[in-house]
Amino acid sequence: MPETTLITAAEGSVLPRVPVGDWVDTGFDWLKDNFDPLFEAVSDVTESAVEGLTEALLLPPPLLFAVLLALLGLAARSVAFAVGSLVGLLLVQSMDLWEEAMETLALLLVATVVAVLIAIPVGIAAAKNDRVSAAVRPVLDFMQTMPAFVYLVPAVTFFGIGLVPGIITTIIFALPPGVRLTELGIRQVDAETVEAGYAFGSSPAQILRGIELPLARPTIMAGVNQVIMLGLSMAVIAGLIGAGGLGSVVVTSISRLDVGLGFEAGLAVVILAIYLDRLTGAFGRTDQKSPLWRLRRRKTTTAPSNATVGHPAVADQPTEQLVTTSPRA
Amino acid sequence: MPVLRVEGLYKVFGRRPDEVVDQLSAGASAADVQASGATAAVIDAAFEVEQGEIFVVMGLSGSGKSTLIRMLNGLVRPTAGHVFVGDEDIAALDPKGLRAVRQQRISMVFQHFALLPHRSVLENTAYALEVRGVDRRTRLAAAREALEMVGLEAWADHRPDELSGGMQQRVGLARALAAETDILLMDEAFSALDPLIRREMQDQLMELQARLGRTIVFITHDLNEAMRLGDRVAVMRDGRIVRLDTPEAILADPGDEYLERFLADVDRSRVFTAGDVMSAPVAGADGRPVATAVTVAPNTPLADLLEPSALSEAPLLVADDTGEALGVVTRGDVLAALGGVSSGDLATRGDTTDDPQSLESPRA
Ligand SMILES: Nc1ncnc2c1ncn2[C@@H]1O[C@H](COP(=O)(O)OP(=O)(O)OP(=O)(O)O)[C@@H](O)[C@H]1O
Ligand SMILES: [Mg+2]
Repeated sequence: MPETTLITAAEGSVLPRVPVGDWVDTGFDWLKDNFDPLFEAVSDVTESAVEGLTEALLLPPPLLFAVLLALLGLAARSVAFAVGSLVGLLLVQSMDLWEEAMETLALLLVATVVAVLIAIPVGIAAAKNDRVSAAVRPVLDFMQTMPAFVYLVPAVTFFGIGLVPGIITTIIFALPPGVRLTELGIRQVDAETVEAGYAFGSSPAQILRGIELPLARPTIMAGVNQVIMLGLSMAVIAGLIGAGGLGSVVVTSISRLDVGLGFEAGLAVVILAIYLDRLTGAFGRTDQKSPLWRLRRRKTTTAPSNATVGHPAVADQPTEQLVTTSPRA
Repeated sequence: MPVLRVEGLYKVFGRRPDEVVDQLSAGASAADVQASGATAAVIDAAFEVEQGEIFVVMGLSGSGKSTLIRMLNGLVRPTAGHVFVGDEDIAALDPKGLRAVRQQRISMVFQHFALLPHRSVLENTAYALEVRGVDRRTRLAAAREALEMVGLEAWADHRPDELSGGMQQRVGLARALAAETDILLMDEAFSALDPLIRREMQDQLMELQARLGRTIVFITHDLNEAMRLGDRVAVMRDGRIVRLDTPEAILADPGDEYLERFLADVDRSRVFTAGDVMSAPVAGADGRPVATAVTVAPNTPLADLLEPSALSEAPLLVADDTGEALGVVTRGDVLAALGGVSSGDLATRGDTTDDPQSLESPRA
């Protein structure tokens, strides 16, 4: 193990051994002793949220629910995507992994909502203020590069084995791209457009709502998409500490050395991942292909039908009568 | 009373701006203070803009035009000096007061249009009214009216990216018009457009301005545009306004070498009008002006006098709407104006100028 070699190297060298691990242990013990009621409250709330959501997801007959999810895919994307996701979801059901998949989905949804609720405001603050940005960046680096397994240990100390530490680790692991891409998206908004907002007397809040967030939406949605994908991978790892769902199937298959079961669970994760990725990807796009977009478009447009939409320059005539010998005012 | 009055306005970027202002007001130049790490973008600007005027600020890149115009609506905070809109000093307002002035008195048109891509043309046009809190029905009606003024009512429900550049800028203009502010700031508003569209936009702007009587501050680095649009032109150089006069006066007497080099490629035929170049009508034997066959309005550009002048032996008659004779334009007048011959030179040749044969000056 690399860890032990590191420690011995430190012992053999002239450098004193810095007991980072001990300090962290002490810190966590102190937190646990003093904030236990808080952890319990958090624990109760998250647990009931995930369990409630799991029940809700399992409420409709699986076949019907798969069809509904496929229809959502149709609205957001295309017929091909809808058919593909229906086939995939039915495969999950036929492998008898539907319940586990829905458990994982519920855990993921709760973790994503919390992560996004934290990430977007922090990202906005970082975009608006260079100091916040400088302070947040190393924290995000830390969260992202710390090996995922390391999160599991303190989470278990605080919340015990089960669902809740699984969610907490998932949130921490999945949060960084949400913050980063929100900050990037807002910083990238065309400065002149923001300036126009100010020039017409908008307040900073009006500019955030009416200009910056809408224009940053594709980038922010790419961040949300990343949050979901990372969250899914972590949700599976969280199976190790008893978070349930597809992760626990993977853990079982490892302990039994059951290759077939492991592959099935892995395949179910992949299907879920692809479905969620393509679906959330569609919400971030601003191009105009999805059936939903076309529907919305048809409702709002009352433009003259003879105007060539694709080649507006062709219809650029109304000024022509103005090119006459115009007297100076 | 002027709509807009600027007094002793300075903007210095960089360290210790106030000290730099002191140095500048004591006569230091932008280059002098640049050495100490400060950028003097605008130095001691002062001017007044009257109601209904098109006031053009012209200068090379980096001369401080954008900084100056942004101080007029407080997007850039002046380091020193005052900007009075009516009798309110923009430089002294708090953010709330500043927002009120921007909503009610001053609007702006941007070089790269700065439209919101996620909104329809109509909603973009209504933006200023939306910010002001006008209810949806009223503001959309006002926006539609503004779009009609710029000839884009048919495009109301399209997205900006479906429009050509010229059309997008007309939306930008409509957005500013819909705000119904009396002052309109335009920072290189036509610079991103190709020459033909640009000319159309200039014409449209002049026509709208004549109709609506808004006060316009127009920034450009293009001399032809400045001369064509401006009632008065302020020429900026290294942060200072080095000349402030009517286009005709600047053309007739550039004053310094810097301007003279610039003016070399101005299209004079678009700046001067019949009214600028005409001479007093010469009475014929019967006491009526000799000129005739062709009558032109006093505001006809010189460019449009070339053909009639060439075809008509007699001078052209300049008359106002009611038919009253104001003067005549001879071939000599046209050529002198095009060639930059000053009116002093012409006067020495007296009344012979109406005879084409007598134009022996090799310069003309
Ligand atoms: N925010 C800023 N910080 C520092 N320096 C600035 C800032 N804005 C402008 N400057 C400097 O002030 C000077 C004038 O710039 P300004 O943009 O007003 O010029 P301009 O005449 O509009 O030029 P252009 O034709 O290129 O738009 C330039 O030297 C520029 O580098
Ligand atoms: Mg500029």
